[in-house]
Amino acid sequence: MTRKSRRLWLVVACMIGLGSAAALTLSAFSSNIVFFMAPSQVQAKPPPADRTIRLGGMVVAGSVRRETVKDSPVAIFDVTDGQAAVTVRYEGILPDLFREGQSVVAVGTVNRDGTFRASEVLAKHDETYMPKEVAEELRRSGKWDPRFGKAPDAASWNTMTASDAAKKTATQTPDGN
Amino acid sequence: MNPELGNFALALACCLAAGQAILPLVGASRRDSRLMALAPALAVGQMLALATAFACLIHAAITNDFSVQNVAANSAVSKPLLYKITGVWGNHEGSVLLWALILSVCGGAVALFGRNLPSALQARVIAVLGGVAAGFELFCLTTSNPFARVWPAPLDGQGMNPLLQDPGLAFHPPVLYTGYVGFAVPFAFAIAALIEGRVDAAWGRWVRPWAVAAWCFLTCGIAMGSWWSYYVLGWGGYWFWDPVENASLIPWLTGTALVHSAIVVEKREALKIWTVLLAIGTFSFSLSGTFLVRSGILNSVHAFANDPARGVFILGLLALVIGGSLLLFALRAPQLTTGGLFAPLSREGLLVLNNILLCSICAVVLTGTMYPPFMSLLFGKTISVGKPFFDATTIPLAIPLMVFMGFGPMVPWKRAQMWPVLRRLWWAACISLLALVLATFRMREILPVLATAAAVWVIMSSMADIIERLRLFRQPLAQSWQRARGLPRAVFGAAIAHAGVGITVLGIAGMSQAAHRIVEVHVGQSEMLAGDSWTLTEVHPAEGPNYTALVATIEVRHNGRLVTTLHPSKRTFASQHQTTTEVAIHTNLMADIYGVLGDKHGTDADPTYVLRLHYNPLAPWMWLGGLIMAFGGALSLSDRRVRVGAPRRAKASDMAVAR
Repeated sequence: MTRKSRRLWLVVACMIGLGSAAALTLSAFSSNIVFFMAPSQVQAKPPPADRTIRLGGMVVAGSVRRETVKDSPVAIFDVTDGQAAVTVRYEGILPDLFREGQSVVAVGTVNRDGTFRASEVLAKHDETYMPKEVAEELRRSGKWDPRFGKAPDAASWNTMTASDAAKKTATQTPDGN
Repeated sequence: MNPELGNFALALACCLAAGQAILPLVGASRRDSRLMALAPALAVGQMLALATAFACLIHAAITNDFSVQNVAANSAVSKPLLYKITGVWGNHEGSVLLWALILSVCGGAVALFGRNLPSALQARVIAVLGGVAAGFELFCLTTSNPFARVWPAPLDGQGMNPLLQDPGLAFHPPVLYTGYVGFAVPFAFAIAALIEGRVDAAWGRWVRPWAVAAWCFLTCGIAMGSWWSYYVLGWGGYWFWDPVENASLIPWLTGTALVHSAIVVEKREALKIWTVLLAIGTFSFSLSGTFLVRSGILNSVHAFANDPARGVFILGLLALVIGGSLLLFALRAPQLTTGGLFAPLSREGLLVLNNILLCSICAVVLTGTMYPPFMSLLFGKTISVGKPFFDATTIPLAIPLMVFMGFGPMVPWKRAQMWPVLRRLWWAACISLLALVLATFRMREILPVLATAAAVWVIMSSMADIIERLRLFRQPLAQSWQRARGLPRAVFGAAIAHAGVGITVLGIAGMSQAAHRIVEVHVGQSEMLAGDSWTLTEVHPAEGPNYTALVATIEVRHNGRLVTTLHPSKRTFASQHQTTTEVAIHTNLMADIYGVLGDKHGTDADPTYVLRLHYNPLAPWMWLGGLIMAFGGALSLSDRRVRVGAPRRAKASDMAVAR
C-alpha cells in the first residue's frame, strides 16, 4: 500500500466516524429534543400528540386529586402560568417536594382533549428553588418580578393582572403569606 | 486558632505553588540544575501545606466549630461523625480545597516517583502542575475560602442536605476527583513536551502509567456515582444524562482514547501530535466539567449555590489554562516530527479506529450537553435533551467500537493478515451470533439486541486472546501455566478491562428490559411483577439519630417460596423539613429486586400506601463491569515494564519507592 493510499484511508475513516456522529446527532435532534412549554402556550398551540414536551408552571392550590386505577395511584392536578391552566394526569409517585402552590415541571404528552399525560414529574430538592424555565416564564407573562420578593400564590393567578401582581408582591411580607 | 492555621497553610501552599510554577521553568530553560532541583522540594512542600489546611478544616468540622462559616452552613451537632468528615467535601468551598489537595498530591507523586525522568522534563512537568495549582488555590483563597469566619457564631449549624448523608458520598467525590485531577499529569507532560519541542517513544512510556492510573480512578468514580444515584435517589435508573454525569463521561471517553493512543506513541512513535492534543483535551474537559457545572451555567441538580464573582474568576482561569495550552499547541505542534503512516489492518490501525469512534461518541455527548444552554443563550428557547437523544446517538457508535475492540488485541503490529485473526476468533464469533439469536427472542428493540451480541463478542474475544496466548487446550496445562507467568501483566490487564466493558454493556442491555409498577395497596395486599408476588405485610414508624422514619415490610415470593423481605423506608429530617426515600434492594447478581415506599393515602383508620416495585435484570453487572475495568487498568499498572522499562539512572535500591 502506498503512502498516499494509507493517508487516504485515515482521512476516510475519520470522515466516516465524524460524519456518522453528525448524522446521528441531527436525526436525533429532529425527533428527540424536548421543548419547554408554559400552559398558555400549550392552550394556544397544542403540540402533536406524539411529541414529548416539558410543561412547567405552578401547581394550583387545592387542585390536587388522587384516584386509584387498577391498583395504580393516579394524581391529577392543574398547572398554571397565570394565564391558563392545564390539567395534568400522572400515574406514579409524586416527588417528595411536590407541593400545591409551588413550581413543578412535568414531562409528557398533550392529549387530544387538551389534558396532559405526564410520564415524569420533577420538583427540585429545595423548597426555595424554582426551575429556571418556570421563573423565566412567570417573568415574561408579567405575573412576577423577582425584585419584589417571592412568587405569588398560584391559586390567585388566574384572577390577577400583571400590574396587580407587581403591587401584591411588593407589599408581601418576607415569608410570602 | 485552627482555622487561621488552615488559612495560613492554604496561603502558603498558594505561594509555594507559584514558586513551583516559575522557578523550575526558568531553571529548565537556562539548564540550571539547582533551580530545577527545587521543583520536587516545592511540590512536596505544597502538598504538605495543603494537607495541613485540609486537616484543619476536618478538625473544625469534627469539633463543631460553627464560627467557621463553611461548617455552620453545612454541619450540625446532631450529624453523625462520618458525615461530619465527608461533609467537608460535600459543599463548594470544601470540594475546591479537596480538588487542590489532590492536584498537589499528583505534583508530589511526580516529584517522588518521577526520579527516573530527565531532570528538565520532570522540572517542567512539576512546574505546569504548580501553575494550575496556584490558580485554583488563589480561587479558593479569594472567592471561596473554606476558613471564612462568621460572627456571631451560631449555636448550631444548618445541617447537611439529607440526600448527601450516605456512605456512598464518603468515597464517590474523592475517587472521582482523583480521576479528574489525575489527568492533570498527562496534561503537564504534554505541555512540557510542547515546551521542549520533543515527543518520542520514551515520552509515551512515561505518560501512559499516569493516564492509566487517572483512568482507573475516573472509571471507579463514575461507576460509584451511578450506583449512588441508583440506590439513593430511588428513581430506579442508573444514568440520568444530567450535565454533571456527562461532564464525567466526556473526559472518560477522551481519557480512554488517550490511554490507547499513548500505546501507539510508545510502540510505533506515531500519533504523537494527536496524543498530545488528547492529553490537553482530556484535562480541559475535566476542568470545564467540574467547574462549569458548579458555576451554575449548566442547569443541573448538582450545581452548588453560585455567585457571579466566582463564575468570572473560574471562566478566566479556564480560559487561561485551556486557551493557553491550545495556543502553545498551535505554535509548537508543527515542530514535532510526525510519525509514519500505517496499514489499516494492523494493531495501530485498529487503535486509530478506536480513537476515531471514541472521539465521535465524545462529540455527540458534548453536543447533546451543550446544545440546550447555547439555545437558551442565543435564541431564548428552553429545550432539553434527554435519554432518547443519547440512546439514539451513542449506542450506534458504541456497537462498531465494541466489534473492533474484539479484534484489536489479536492483530499484530505493523502489518496483519485477516485470515489468521479470523481463524482464532471463529468460536467467539459463533457464541456472539448465538447470543444475537437468543437476544432477539427475549428483547423487542433492535439496539439492546445488538448491544448484547456486541458485549458477548467483547467478552469472548478477550477470552480468546488470553487462551491463544497461553496455547490453552493445545498444550499441557503445565506449559500454559509457564506461558502465563511469562506473559506481561499488561496483556491480562487489557483483556480484563475489555471484558469489563462487555460486562457493563450487558448490564445496560439487561436494564433496558427492566419492569416496574407503581401500586397503591392496603397492608396485606399482594401485587404481581415479573413473575413474583409482592406483599406489603406491615408499616411501622422508627427513630433515627436526626430523623424519623416510616418503615415498610414487603415480602417477595416466587411460586409461594419466600425470595426476600424488603424494608424500604421514608425518612423525615426535622432540621431541614425534608423527606428522603430509602430504597430497599435485594440482589442475586442476576437481577435486582428494588422496592420504594411512597406516600401514605387514605384515612388513618384505613390507610393505603403507594409502592414502586422494580425488577432490574443484570443491574449489578453495570457497576461490577466498571470495577473490573478499573482492576484491569490497575493490573496493567503493576506490569514489570512500567516499573523498570523506562530508561533510568536510579539504582535498584529505590525500586521500592518507585512502586
